[in-house]
Amino acid sequence: MLAVLASTILLTTEYRSPRLDPVRTTLSFFVDPLKYLVDLPTVLVGQAAESVSSYRTLKKENGRLREEQLIDQTRLLKFEALEKENIRLRALLENSFKLGEQVLVAELLSINTAPYEHIVVVNKGTRFGVHPQQPVLDANGVVGQVFRALPFTSEIMLITDPNHAIPVQVNRNGLLTIAVGSGQLNRLVLPYLPGNADIRPGDLLITSGLGGTFPQGYPVAVVDEFTSQPNKAFATITATPKALLDRNRELMIVWSKTKPVPLISKPVENDPEAKAHAVE
Amino acid sequence: MQLNSYTGFFRIIMTLVVAMCLRIVPWPGAIAAFNPDWVLLALIYWSLAVPENVGIFHAWTFGLLTDVLTGRLLGQYALAYSLVIYICLKLHKRLRQFPIIQQGLFIFFCLLLSQLLLFFIKNLQHPAQLHASFWLPVFTGTLCWPLIYTLLRFVRLSRRL
Repeated sequence: MLAVLASTILLTTEYRSPRLDPVRTTLSFFVDPLKYLVDLPTVLVGQAAESVSSYRTLKKENGRLREEQLIDQTRLLKFEALEKENIRLRALLENSFKLGEQVLVAELLSINTAPYEHIVVVNKGTRFGVHPQQPVLDANGVVGQVFRALPFTSEIMLITDPNHAIPVQVNRNGLLTIAVGSGQLNRLVLPYLPGNADIRPGDLLITSGLGGTFPQGYPVAVVDEFTSQPNKAFATITATPKALLDRNRELMIVWSKTKPVPLISKPVENDPEAKAHAVE
Repeated sequence: MQLNSYTGFFRIIMTLVVAMCLRIVPWPGAIAAFNPDWVLLALIYWSLAVPENVGIFHAWTFGLLTDVLTGRLLGQYALAYSLVIYICLKLHKRLRQFPIIQQGLFIFFCLLLSQLLLFFIKNLQHPAQLHASFWLPVFTGTLCWPLIYTLLRFVRLSRRL
């Protein structure tokens, strides 16, 4: 009976306040090693496969990666100039602009905590400065957000979880809406658009930056179906996430700078290059 | 058989730790939904076999650890496990006499009770939309009971202490 009482108290306290976080953190010291232990076979198999793979495969992969890097670098060449231009233009519009993000690469632990929820565990936790509600990306798009951070691991809720919603924007025309998880790994639902909304299959959805959790401008999903039913207020729209939610092992946890870049006067002063020019 | 020695208790803890590992092993694809609640099964076995060593306190502690392990609200599994183990402890003398099929039926109700409690708590937090596969572990758990029973019996009797 004492146990029942204790668990009930625990349940209600944790539901209402974050006061029990230290308890969870302490207990996680006992439990987190198990997560790494279960993950160990996968890591070992991966390493074994890597060490066995032939010289030729490695060379081929190396060449491919080098090519990719070259392409990416050339793409990035113009990026900086564009970014500066964007800041200037936004300053003209008297609009603040958030930029500058720091990322941390985290690796997925292959464990399964609850089969019907889309929550994954990664191997970076509060010891690396991870905190709840941080956005998580992979190379192709948004993956989800940090749901709970423990010292050695953290739990990440994927964008396809039924309890997850992400504010998005249609890249083509800036139409704002919300994408909700469907519970299927390859599908998002956009339930809040009317039947006459300007959205087509093939449209890219990017994060809109509203809500403050996700930084603006990251690709989220591609619309793949749009059906408007005359007898219903909202259209049925589904989209496929860009991120490879079930295939990637490496994820990136993002710190976005919360302070917006101020209007035009200040960045010019702070810019070392501008100063150098002024001295000349 | 008495398991008062330190090693005997260590053995129980080890089986429970293995059960916790099994709980989070990533089964491929569709099998994941069938993964039974190994920790509860192990706890039930030990509470039936050595009720003087494994009690509600152990159930509660391991429930709490399972909560942290699976990222649930703290106390959820603790509550479910301690209630189930309470029933098991009350009935252990009778249950030991039962043939394995009859035991299986009892285990089925134990697992169902625990899952119902979890569902109830989940529903209190927010209206839960759950797939029917939420109940699958109850069935697989019952089917796994003979396996667990023989395995843990082997662990218990393998080296008499």
